[in-house]
Amino acid sequence: MMVLHIKGVTKSFGSLVANDNISLTLNEGEVLALLGENGAGKTTLLNILFGHYVADEGEIDVFGTQLSPGATDAAIDAGVGMVHQHFTLADNLSVLENIVLGTEPLTSWKLDTAQAKAKLTALANEFGMHIEPDKLVADISVGERQRVEIMKALYRGARILILDEPTAVLTPQEVDNLFITLRAMVAKGLSIIFISHKLHEILAISDRVNVLRRGCMVGEIATKDADRDSLAEMMVGREVSRPEVEHMEAGAPVIELGNVIVAGGRGHKPLLNGVSITIHKHEIVGLAGVAGNGQSALGDLLSGLRTPSSGTVCIAGDTVVDYSPRAFITKGIGRIPEDRHARGVVGDMTVWENMISENLREKPLWRFGRLIDFDACREFSRNLIEQFDVRCKTMEMPAKQLSGGNMQKLILARTLQNEPRFILANQPVRGLDEGAIAAVHERLLAAKRAGAGVLLVSEDLDELFALADKIVVIYHGNVSPPLSVGDVTVQDIGIMMAGDLSHGEKFDRAGAA
Amino acid sequence: MRLEPRESVSFWLVLFAPIGAIGVALVLTSGLILWTGESIIEAYVSLLKGAFGSRFALAETLTRATPLMLTGLAAAVAFRARFWNIGAEGQLYCGALAATYLGTGLVTLHPAIMVPLLFIGGALAGGMALLLPVYLKSKLSVDEVVTTLLLNFVILLFVNYLLEGPWRDPMSMGWPQAASIIDEGVLPRIMEKSRLHLGFIIGIISAVLVWVVMRFTVWGYEIRAVGHNPSAATFAGISVNLTVLRVALISGGLAGFAGVTEVAGLKGYLTLDLSPGFGYAGIAVAMLANLHPLGVIASAIFLAGIYVGADSMSRAVNIPNYIADVMVAVSVLAVLVSLMLSQYRVRFR
Repeated sequence: MMVLHIKGVTKSFGSLVANDNISLTLNEGEVLALLGENGAGKTTLLNILFGHYVADEGEIDVFGTQLSPGATDAAIDAGVGMVHQHFTLADNLSVLENIVLGTEPLTSWKLDTAQAKAKLTALANEFGMHIEPDKLVADISVGERQRVEIMKALYRGARILILDEPTAVLTPQEVDNLFITLRAMVAKGLSIIFISHKLHEILAISDRVNVLRRGCMVGEIATKDADRDSLAEMMVGREVSRPEVEHMEAGAPVIELGNVIVAGGRGHKPLLNGVSITIHKHEIVGLAGVAGNGQSALGDLLSGLRTPSSGTVCIAGDTVVDYSPRAFITKGIGRIPEDRHARGVVGDMTVWENMISENLREKPLWRFGRLIDFDACREFSRNLIEQFDVRCKTMEMPAKQLSGGNMQKLILARTLQNEPRFILANQPVRGLDEGAIAAVHERLLAAKRAGAGVLLVSEDLDELFALADKIVVIYHGNVSPPLSVGDVTVQDIGIMMAGDLSHGEKFDRAGAA
Repeated sequence: MRLEPRESVSFWLVLFAPIGAIGVALVLTSGLILWTGESIIEAYVSLLKGAFGSRFALAETLTRATPLMLTGLAAAVAFRARFWNIGAEGQLYCGALAATYLGTGLVTLHPAIMVPLLFIGGALAGGMALLLPVYLKSKLSVDEVVTTLLLNFVILLFVNYLLEGPWRDPMSMGWPQAASIIDEGVLPRIMEKSRLHLGFIIGIISAVLVWVVMRFTVWGYEIRAVGHNPSAATFAGISVNLTVLRVALISGGLAGFAGVTEVAGLKGYLTLDLSPGFGYAGIAVAMLANLHPLGVIASAIFLAGIYVGADSMSRAVNIPNYIADVMVAVSVLAVLVSLMLSQYRVRFR
């Protein structure tokens, strides 16, 4: 039985067609995967489904009834529930309060807690989900929070669940648990749309895959007939090559963190709790960890934005005294920021102005009296734009109009042209399409060949295993010893990401070497 | 109805949006004029004549535009860096205090040295009035809107104390006013039989200089970067605190200039009514100019024209000159809307 039917939906923004005549069907009791790169039109489609946008053409039927366009609660009332990538829970309320929030009857002063709890327990039992209704959301793990989000949708009577990139914040073990829950739900007749760009997860959980590319539905395939390469090709539109990693003999240390502690705010645990990492020449070290375990503090520290409360940072043997971005740039630290829109570029300034931002204080770019030498600056960025293949109509356009991939190439160009000895690559491919990912990875590998040491921070274990020589796991501000990529499996890293850092000790040969 | 960003904004749209907005503002204020029962045409004609209709009127308008230009620049520079300096009024009085201190007999020098000395002193005093707000903002994240605004009253009360007490001119017959600026320090007139003085030229030069700094120098680059995205600027190695300090000194200095032009150019001595809110009007001037330094010249003259013209309109036809404040306010609102419409188009579906 068909439960959701999207018929020929088209939506354009100015000259950009975000959704071009998209149709899809969802049957009762199936998991449909929606695969597509960032910018393929997945979000627009969801926004139309939930009434945030009005489609130019097309209509949507849920359980045989047409949704009225632009009504934000039509889909929810019809039984569609959404689990967002970023959770929408209130930390200071209990699990139960979060779930009933917004469903309380307006006519009653008092919340009927007992009845709500009974309903919740019944639902949890039905789908085999473990949930503790009285715990505060602040005290539960990320995996549990996701279960609460799913529960929230089910509590409102959802029969169709849409999960947007649900595995981004989970450890591999938590992903397995999620999949067990999802299977239990479809067995009871619920239907699920699973949005992701992680191919192995789609292969593991879905029955059918729909592929979106540049706003068009480019293909539909039964999962049993699909494999990794065919899906990747459908998503990107061409064959995808993996980067060649050559193993190189690690050289002298380029950066050494010695027992670094970064204090949290008053009354909070330290963000970094005695971190020691050494990164050598010709070496990529991957930092694995669930989001929010100290990666940001470590990124800020290595960018020169944060001063450690105690401990030392040595760059090429010299202990750092001046913790400032300027000093770090001068000492040959290249930084790729975690959030390129917030930190990487000044969106309202032009492409070339952003290209020169780290080199502006050096000679050829300005002349007597600190007047900017416009010709030299334009020449400087023209070269980099060419060299790094930054695609922009003109370098006079504001940087915010660049696509994510081209913005990242701009940041790479600006950083790498200084030939840094150490590169902090903080989530360098987050949100990029396959073509741009390959370009970024190729640049990092080339920098490694040229002699740089790289710290690659990523939540995507596939990326770390593909690129890194060693992996370090971070959990609650503590790091594991470095593990050689050849010695460990994704499962081992997963166990450590969940908090058991000592699990890595038996592999600890890389650190001893 | 929703707004969609325009893909490209044409040069003509940017240029004509404010002019169209002022047209809309005039139409809107016509309603009030009709209410008084006077003829709209007659009112606007007398306003235009009063502002620009004769050599004398023009000179009066430009004289009035001088402090507005300088306080407008002060606001434009600061706002570009997202440093919300609402204290130009107080900084203006600081400049006037410095000019009075230096120019009423402390030293007597040749005018070619005396006049620059007054301006330098005024700028330093105006800039220093912002040191405390900048310190509080940088160290303790205290909002500068509050500190700069409240300092206005502190400074004004201090001026009041000086004029009632130690600085009161013994020849003033008891009026709260300071001694006159000595002849060597008075700004020379630049148009015969008018009050238009050297300050106007200083204002124009300041606008051009500010434009050059913002557009062509490393400082200007850093100021713009900090204004648009402070965290990206920090990441790229620009010190936000240092940039804000620099901006504050420039902004306060320009407002201090305005105090000097009024004391040494127009009035000749310091009183409590030296400025009828030039510091606050400077914010409107900067907004009308979309924070562009050269645009400030035009918008200061426009605003001065309205104020001067409204005075003469109120004499010619029976409309109170408060209408000028309404016209300025409506113009600023209309310009803000027009700036938004030049970036976005309205879709009704």
